[in-house]
Amino acid sequence: MSVVFKRTQNLFKGLGIFGVLILLIVIAAMVSPQFLELNNIVNLLRQISIIGIIAIGMTFVILAKGIDLSVGSTVAVVAVICADLFSSGVPVFLVLLIGLLTGILVGSINGLGIAIGGIPPFVMTLGLMVAGRGVAMTYANGQPISIGEASQKISWLGHGTVGGIPVPVIVFLIVIIIGFIILKYTAFGRAVYAVGDNKEAARLSGINVNLIEFSTYAISGLCAAITALILLSRLTVGEPSAGVEYELEAIAMVVIGGTSLFGGIGSVIGTAVGASIIGIISNVLNLVGINPFTQQVIKGAIIILAVYIEARRTRSKE
Amino acid sequence: MDNYIEMRHISKVFPGVKALDNVSFSVSPGEVHGLIGENGAGKSTLMKILSGAYKKDEGEILINNEIIDSPNPKKMIDLGVSVIYQEMTLLPHLSIAENLFLGNLPKTKLGLIDWKTLKKNSLPVLSRVGLNENPYTKVKDLNVAKRQLVEISKALTRDAKLIVLDEPSAVLGGQELDRLYSVIHQLTKQNIAFIYISHRLSELFEITERVTVLKDGQYVGTERTEDISTDQLIRMMVGREVSNIYPEKRGKIIKNPIIKVKNLSRKNVLKNINFEVNKGEILGIAGLEGAGRTELLRALFGVDSIDNGDIYYFDKKRKLKNAKQAIKLKIGFLPEERKQDGLMLNQSGKFNTTIPKLKNISYGPFISLSKEKKKAEYFANEMQVRPPNVNNTIRNFSGGNQQKFMFSRWLYSNSEILFIDEPTRGVDVGAKKEIYRLILNLAKEGVTILMVSSELPEIIGMSDRVLVMREGELAGELPGDDLSEEKIMSYAVR
Repeated sequence: MSVVFKRTQNLFKGLGIFGVLILLIVIAAMVSPQFLELNNIVNLLRQISIIGIIAIGMTFVILAKGIDLSVGSTVAVVAVICADLFSSGVPVFLVLLIGLLTGILVGSINGLGIAIGGIPPFVMTLGLMVAGRGVAMTYANGQPISIGEASQKISWLGHGTVGGIPVPVIVFLIVIIIGFIILKYTAFGRAVYAVGDNKEAARLSGINVNLIEFSTYAISGLCAAITALILLSRLTVGEPSAGVEYELEAIAMVVIGGTSLFGGIGSVIGTAVGASIIGIISNVLNLVGINPFTQQVIKGAIIILAVYIEARRTRSKE
Repeated sequence: MDNYIEMRHISKVFPGVKALDNVSFSVSPGEVHGLIGENGAGKSTLMKILSGAYKKDEGEILINNEIIDSPNPKKMIDLGVSVIYQEMTLLPHLSIAENLFLGNLPKTKLGLIDWKTLKKNSLPVLSRVGLNENPYTKVKDLNVAKRQLVEISKALTRDAKLIVLDEPSAVLGGQELDRLYSVIHQLTKQNIAFIYISHRLSELFEITERVTVLKDGQYVGTERTEDISTDQLIRMMVGREVSNIYPEKRGKIIKNPIIKVKNLSRKNVLKNINFEVNKGEILGIAGLEGAGRTELLRALFGVDSIDNGDIYYFDKKRKLKNAKQAIKLKIGFLPEERKQDGLMLNQSGKFNTTIPKLKNISYGPFISLSKEKKKAEYFANEMQVRPPNVNNTIRNFSGGNQQKFMFSRWLYSNSEILFIDEPTRGVDVGAKKEIYRLILNLAKEGVTILMVSSELPEIIGMSDRVLVMREGELAGELPGDDLSEEKIMSYAVR
């Protein structure tokens, strides 16, 4: 038993997170023949993309040793505001722009509180998670806001496809590529890693630590806004209760993707893989008909397991 | 005179260092015994062994002529040994009385704290140290001097026969110090002994009966304070040979000031500092821990604000606000705590090399990974980093190689001025020699170097000129051809 366990463990170490993904796909295909059907794959990819986009923003935050619990509420705030603007006949282009700016604004509030105010990220973003939800509820009076006739004009965002690939998936891919390039090939990306790895060393290397921290939260807010707009297009209503628990799912994707909660280690590619792993697991659980409450238990267990593995890895290094 | 406590032939080895080598030491009842030595001489290690916090590798501890086997903190406290560290261990949000009897609080029948008895028991102890405070006062509302007295009374509640004071004066003003002396004096009459650790020689002469000197983990000697002079004491502390790991020095440095410091002050840390450093000069900055050396470098690097005074870099008066501005002026900073303040341990060698100036390896906004590798490899070769693989994570390099990457970083960034804080801390002897040669070669090429070090041989072996700091002030300046440990220490202590 233990030999088998060791061997599997070594196999995973060699292949890393990609190995886990491949293994999971094989298992999924075996467990449910529906899994590999084109229809299911397309659906699956779309689902992954919606929270995956948030997870990419979250990757920036966590790499810089932060955390953003407010993304779910940000989704709701952007959704209700934009739904309202759509229903009042504001031009599509303008609404989308305002939506993105709103996301950046919410992120900036986090960033200011954390980078300038020195409030611990967990507390600051938890506060904004609660307050943001309240703002969305108040704004919408607790009711979904219909986007009315505009739904036709923006249905491309949620429902459209390009060459058979759903637009949300394309958006997700673009976000991944941009995130990848920023983190790997720009000074800003380097600074994110440096700040997350060692704040004081980063400061003494001439990095404006506050600005970097601030920016990661703005990016996270922006990504949440993108997701909000896609959701709005798909649902055609702005739900003040949209995005509940998105933060947890996004964090899980980031962590399972190998990004360290202690900052400085990880990548958006890892997050994309982590998002796929989470997406496939819930997809398979759905396909084989496991009850959604049990699914939550399983997902929770997987998150704990992933963090446990990461904690052991870090400890063995020190 | 009978000994209360005796430590015999104590040795202690830490990985790679012999912290204590056959040290013997004793204290009689009611005696105040001074313990002195340079940074790293082994004083704290010896006291931690005495308190049971560290295990000794060899030797024995006797109390009242009985050998104590396997000492641990609880046992030593029960036997009457109390150590009061610089960072005090009181709980700030609890009252004086609770702190005094923590772990042994009087209880009512219901198991609740018996406040009345607690207060009643506290008052006599507090009066023994002359502290007139309500026992219910919270510790956080007391000043440092009073907290120290609470610490001493806490030791008294545990029936201490020996109290160790670790640099008590570091945080006290003149009057407070006098008060502490009189408390110590009173308690010695009740046969309580003290070990008094201090860097300030004048204090030792004032209060101790005997002084024991440690050096490099070895016992140098114990003398009656009244039989010895300051100079003799300093000689005991520093007398040793300078070994030959230092490169040969150059001749005179031409006067060509690169940095001029005028009346520099920072509250509680730096007091009215004036000096100049010339192009290509190695200026050593000596002094004891806490004398303000690191703070001086940080102020010059722009990461600590200054309250007063002017700094001229390259003949231009500037007020730097952050490291970025300093780096733009071609200044590099190698901090004392490399792992805490210098390196991103989870990143590669090349990442750590190029981080201050990514522009040098970028096309427009984008970093060229091949350029990055080439540049980092070039400097790693120059520094003789081993293994010469800049893709490796910094964490996996040895201390010496990590320090070489710090040098790589600043040379890559075209630094013309280097602030080096403890250049060889945590570096093995072989790499030390390389680093010394490197520093000298840089200076020869015209790089200006400010080097803080607690290792006097290093200061003497490397510096063209030495500034000695004491309590935030410049206590003295010594030319490079007239350096000795005695001379430097005579400015650094006193």
